[in-house]
Amino acid sequence: MQVPYTVNTRNDTGLYNAKLGIWLFLSSEVMLFGALFSSYILLRVGADTWPHGYEHLNIPLGTINTAVLITSSVTMVMAWASLMMKDFKKYRRYLGTTILLALVFLVIKGFEYAAKFEHGLYPSTSTYFGIYFTLTGLHGLHVIGGIIVNAYFWGPGSRMWKTDPDRLTHRIEVAGLYWHFVDIVWIFLFPTLYLL
Amino acid sequence: MIGVQYGITALLFLLFGFSLMILMRWQLAYPGQPIPFIGSWFGDANAPGGIMLPEFYNQLGAMHGTIMVFLGVVPLAVGAFGNYVVPLQIGAPDMAFPKLNMMSYWSYFLGGVTMLSSFFVPGGAANSGWTSYAPLATIATTGQTFWLCGMVFLITSSLLGSINFIVTIVQLRAKGLTFMRLPFFVWAQLVTSFLLLLAFPPLEAASVLQLMDRLLGTSFFLPSGLVVAGQQLHVSGGGTPILWQHLFWFLAHPEVYVLILPAMGIVAEIIANNTRKPLWGYKSMVYSTIFLGFMSFIVWAHHMFMTGMGTVISAFFQTTTMIISIPSVIILTALLLSLYGGSIRFTTPMLFATAFLPMFGIGGLTGLPLGLAPSDIHLHDTYYVIGHFHYVVAPGTLFALFAGVYYWFPKVTGRRMNDILGRIHFFGSFIFINGIFMPMFIEGLAGVSRRLYDGGQQYAHAQGVLHWNVFMSISAFCLFFFQFFFIVNFFWSLWKGKKVNSDNPWEATTLEWDTPTPPPHGNFIKPLEVFRGPYEYSVPGKAKDYVPQTEPEEV
Repeated sequence: MQVPYTVNTRNDTGLYNAKLGIWLFLSSEVMLFGALFSSYILLRVGADTWPHGYEHLNIPLGTINTAVLITSSVTMVMAWASLMMKDFKKYRRYLGTTILLALVFLVIKGFEYAAKFEHGLYPSTSTYFGIYFTLTGLHGLHVIGGIIVNAYFWGPGSRMWKTDPDRLTHRIEVAGLYWHFVDIVWIFLFPTLYLL
Repeated sequence: MIGVQYGITALLFLLFGFSLMILMRWQLAYPGQPIPFIGSWFGDANAPGGIMLPEFYNQLGAMHGTIMVFLGVVPLAVGAFGNYVVPLQIGAPDMAFPKLNMMSYWSYFLGGVTMLSSFFVPGGAANSGWTSYAPLATIATTGQTFWLCGMVFLITSSLLGSINFIVTIVQLRAKGLTFMRLPFFVWAQLVTSFLLLLAFPPLEAASVLQLMDRLLGTSFFLPSGLVVAGQQLHVSGGGTPILWQHLFWFLAHPEVYVLILPAMGIVAEIIANNTRKPLWGYKSMVYSTIFLGFMSFIVWAHHMFMTGMGTVISAFFQTTTMIISIPSVIILTALLLSLYGGSIRFTTPMLFATAFLPMFGIGGLTGLPLGLAPSDIHLHDTYYVIGHFHYVVAPGTLFALFAGVYYWFPKVTGRRMNDILGRIHFFGSFIFINGIFMPMFIEGLAGVSRRLYDGGQQYAHAQGVLHWNVFMSISAFCLFFFQFFFIVNFFWSLWKGKKVNSDNPWEATTLEWDTPTPPPHGNFIKPLEVFRGPYEYSVPGKAKDYVPQTEPEEV
């Protein structure tokens, strides 16, 4: 007996399994980053001195990165929409763009990290840099996770288009929800760390 | 199948965690005397000449707590029973995400291996208590890093598991199985999963921060000017140790309900089945469970009355703590009233389930003085606290879990466990577990600290109660002895136990007894439809005293 509702939605809940699953996963992610943001607030409130983000961080690079991630979220939606419109070629193009943009984000982030290390600024320098590296590092891991998932659906995972197109569409929708979440976390991180 | 893997692994961890405690109990009763028979196994670093060093005692204490909670009880209550019973009780062919389920188990297994391997690193296993309070844990030996990594694996496992449970329960219920027709056990698992899902991530965050502190030299939990062994610590400072406590207890209080709710669920199933009566107040029990789940997120700071929080904050947490006791009392009262007027069958699972009620009652009621700051300040960190939470978890939850093993064993194996051995196991455990924990209240009220590795020898004012140490330790050794009856029974029944003569040996109503024994791949062999609530026992006018959920209404 197959597990039901992997592709079709259940009538009384209006959901397929993976969609409910990813929302639950995201709720736990909210708690994870929520705890870290709360820690940030508590540490900052309790600190004697706390530098302003704009004194230490590169705001132009951060702004570019914000734009890059938001664009990648748009292309992610387009990838899903292409599948809904049964256009597999466009899907590959848009998902490929999403992956490339995510890589661009990481490269820029890498330059920022390298610049900090050059100036002798490490997580151990101060609690401000500690939380900066922890939050952006954890977010970076989430970006890498997203790249791996998307790369799978761009490459080997996309073969499912021939056997079970509805299921692949669902998978892209779910991967998209995750990707938007990663984007939103950055949208909170950027003002918190760079601007305040 | 994964449920069974979980169950066996978790039972082994429980036994291991219990063995650590046996070593500690020896030390507490007979400080300075070599451990008999096995003392030489631990090496000169831990126990020169078989005499336990304080550092080794600390490792045992921290690991006993960690193993029992995170590797024993939760995986058994949620991983094993949840995985095996929930899909059967809701008429699902499997969990919603079978691969995720597998990942969850192996992540748990890796976490367990990481924890165990930490005994062999320099300085031994984690030794800062199962709470890993900063700054002590931050400056502790390498074992603490293993502990943190192990926790990250265990948390991942719980997250994957809880997502799977919620999706399974919401999406895969059989036709006609509305939420108010779910067995209480399924409700308990559903709320438990939400607690795991939302409470564990903050501990993951805290573990990451502590790992940063330990490995990259940040000072999230280290205040400025910390002096260790006469030397000022070279860190940037500016952190706060209280932050760790907040993050830790934000998980660890809901964790208490993760431990107790599945136990209540098991007890409810067994009581309904063995009293041949519907549960008294099923709906109030369900609503209480949901309310309990919500409330458990806003009581955490009652573990922290000693941190010098203001009176307003402390008043808030005292109030919420008193409120959260109400739903627990409702559930316990409903279970107690369910016994009234029933024609009770005193089977082995029923013995454990009935014993759960007063034992959990003692655990719950002794918690009230701890929930109020004025009395807590006296009792804090004494043996009274240990007595309190062990009454909840050991004769409470563990008895319910044993009840569950005896109750569902015929479903898993097609054989019953031996009744006589089961009764010996029950009465032995029941007597001696009280022998361990009841005297802790006496010692605790006298003010004996729970952290002393010699059992409080240097406490002048506690000399009058210290003789209980020997009594408690002998009870612990006897309790250990009586567990062999369970182990022997378990393996003997596996191969030689009496075969059940039907798929429904307990004459139960819920869906898990409507499948072949043991359930094949896909669980059910015929399409299912549910027509009635979970506990239709002794319905007037029926030929049998139970009506399975799948029996259609007569027209």
